Amino acid sequence: MEALIPYIAKPHPVTGVTNSKLGIWCFLASEVMLFGALFSSYIFLRTGSVDWPHGSQLLNVPLATLNTMILITSSVTMVMSWASLAMKSIPKYRLFMALTILLGLAFLVVKSFEYAHKFEHHIFPSTNTFYAIYFTLTGLHGLHVLIGVLVNLYFLFPGSALWKTNPDQLTGRVENSGLYWHFVDLVWIFLFPVLYLL
Amino acid sequence: MSTASAAHLATAEHHYEDLPFWRKYIFSTDHKVIGIQYAVTGLLFLFFGFCLMMLIRWQLAYPGQPLPLIGNLFNESAMVGGIMLPEFYNQLGAMHGTIMVFMGVVPLAVGGFGNFVLPLQVGAADMAFPKLNMVSYWLYFVGGVIMFASFFAPAGAAQSGWTSYPPLANIASVGQTLWLLGMAFLINSSLLGSINFIVTTAQLRAKGLSFYKLPFFVWAQFITAFLLLLAFPPLMAAAVLQLMDRLAATSFFMPSGLVVNGVVSQLSGGGNPILWQHLFWFLAHPEVYVLILPAMGIVAEVIACNTRKPLYGYKAMVDSVIAIAFLSFVVWAHHMYLTGMGTKMSSFFQITTMIISIPSVIILTSLALSLWGGSIRFNTPMLFAVAFLPMFGIGGLTGLPLGLASADIHLHDTYYVIGHFHYVVAPGTIFALFAGVYHWFPKATGRRMSEALGKIHFWLSFIFINGVFMPMFIQGLAGVSRRLYDPTQYAHALPTQPLNVVMSWSAWLLGLSQIFFIINFFKSIFWGQKVDQNPWGATTLEWTAPSPPPHGNFTKPPVVSRGPYEYSVPGRKLDYVLQSEPAEAPVAGAGKVK
Repeated sequence: MEALIPYIAKPHPVTGVTNSKLGIWCFLASEVMLFGALFSSYIFLRTGSVDWPHGSQLLNVPLATLNTMILITSSVTMVMSWASLAMKSIPKYRLFMALTILLGLAFLVVKSFEYAHKFEHHIFPSTNTFYAIYFTLTGLHGLHVLIGVLVNLYFLFPGSALWKTNPDQLTGRVENSGLYWHFVDLVWIFLFPVLYLL
Repeated sequence: MSTASAAHLATAEHHYEDLPFWRKYIFSTDHKVIGIQYAVTGLLFLFFGFCLMMLIRWQLAYPGQPLPLIGNLFNESAMVGGIMLPEFYNQLGAMHGTIMVFMGVVPLAVGGFGNFVLPLQVGAADMAFPKLNMVSYWLYFVGGVIMFASFFAPAGAAQSGWTSYPPLANIASVGQTLWLLGMAFLINSSLLGSINFIVTTAQLRAKGLSFYKLPFFVWAQFITAFLLLLAFPPLMAAAVLQLMDRLAATSFFMPSGLVVNGVVSQLSGGGNPILWQHLFWFLAHPEVYVLILPAMGIVAEVIACNTRKPLYGYKAMVDSVIAIAFLSFVVWAHHMYLTGMGTKMSSFFQITTMIISIPSVIILTSLALSLWGGSIRFNTPMLFAVAFLPMFGIGGLTGLPLGLASADIHLHDTYYVIGHFHYVVAPGTIFALFAGVYHWFPKATGRRMSEALGKIHFWLSFIFINGVFMPMFIQGLAGVSRRLYDPTQYAHALPTQPLNVVMSWSAWLLGLSQIFFIINFFKSIFWGQKVDQNPWGATTLEWTAPSPPPHGNFTKPPVVSRGPYEYSVPGRKLDYVLQSEPAEAPVAGAGKVK
């Protein structure tokens, strides 16, 4: 199969990207539309509401700030892991990739504490429309984080075997995974102020 | 062509030959096998959706009378003594629309023709991501199975219309949850498919095949892929919200103080049912163009090939397709004039709706003008393609009054609307799809379909399909609403009730006419006349590959130096010049696209 399809590891001379990088950008465009639709729904519901609560009074802002820090740091380590591959250093790649995964898991752990706290106080998505959109948006975002962690785990362990046969392709794959990871980070950068601060 | 790459190709081909049956034909990564899987599944779903409609037509023509012959085969929750229950009627209506649009036409037009033809026409060995392509088909398949299975759920399938408007859809039976799950599978399937189409067109075109040398079909599929990529996610968002409403008791679409069956709803409220309509139509209007653009692509190929002359206004057509894609994202609320969104909003969407009709008219006019002065071969694909033009024309023109808010107030949700969009999709798109099946069948199987059976199929279908849809305009203008279980209950519907009988008989006869297609299809697979690689004398790259093309498609990588439709070039012995033919001597008209 690989023999038949060009531009898997090397970029196309005209477009300047590999197939998978163009693919991941298309995928992210579609993700923008998904979260864009949900953010629009948030605006639609909030503007039509008579008493929309203030997020900072209901949600745990310090924990969310901590989570914001964790995700931003994980984006940095993600770039470092890709840069290590570009500089041909597999041990550094493993280190930074492992850090990225741990930070992603840390985000999910903090998030689960937040959820558990709400459930203890009998606050559920059905409580009111604010919590409904809060749980839906953060839940969908958490699912994206989880998928990112799983993909990165694959590239840390079995996926890295590709280094021996096609290092360029592995570097490209990690870069794509990074693009996705930064996108997930970016969604949180929007979610945090919209839900917790406004 | 270096010997090295030839050896490469041979190895890949050989490697593929060694794969077990289930990897080659079931979980295949070859775009042609996936295309055929999509096409066959899509045709089966079209037939299934058509059967649902034939049942509906019985109730509309003879309300309250027991369905003869097969009426007793249904269980008590659907029909009692062969008499259809209203709940079952609603299921049939909702699932007919869903199945035809999302599991019949789009998978056949995009998944089937797109997968099979697009890589061949751009000169690629396969799609850019063959494994994703396989996953795309199987997600579609699972989504289809869920939709089909939902008929056997307690209280049956979804019954809130194909648009699933809340609050009705929120309080409907479990079939609606299955509908949403099925849609989630279909959305992700089309997401993977569209990424594949975009990347394949952008990255894998043959050497020399610049964008303005692409066949119009490829352009149509390429732009359609963008619509699928960007328009479906909002429906995914809407599906997530409705699933939350149904499963987690949220109130995204439930207003405060809603009364259901005389009981005030205990939900938290504060939601808005109009939100669903916005999200749904933000998908579903571009979806209309997902239904029609591939059809236009097919018709353009068939018309250019059978008039033996270049398409009229190729570049204008391409630019129009691009314009349609942009505009289709800003017309969605013309489905919502009656929601009370205000005259300013209505004016905006009226204007965009009128603007988007311009590029559509440019494409249709170019196709019609392409016939001018051609020596036309009226074979079966051409008959279907030519019939597409007036049929789509009727569908398009009857849409204009619906795009104007003042006219739409009278016509909204009447049979006029049903007639309008069915003319676009049924004798429009589905005729184009039939044209495509007859046109590319020789490429897929190496055999030609029977012309005699094909022509019988065409003429019967053409007569009866107009018998089904033309009276709907009259009915709609008389004010008869869609989704009525028993039209004889309404005084204003009684004068047009005889038309229902005409439409129903036309529908059943239309169903019978498809037998000629089914016989032709299976007979030709085994006993059809054998053909060489280019039976129609066409110019585009798929006709330079063997019929059927092997894994990897081309015996040597094609190099393109010519436009897509160089037919009847003066001074040539043959009346067509393949795109891959080298541009040597200065030939009049060579290199020009028009």
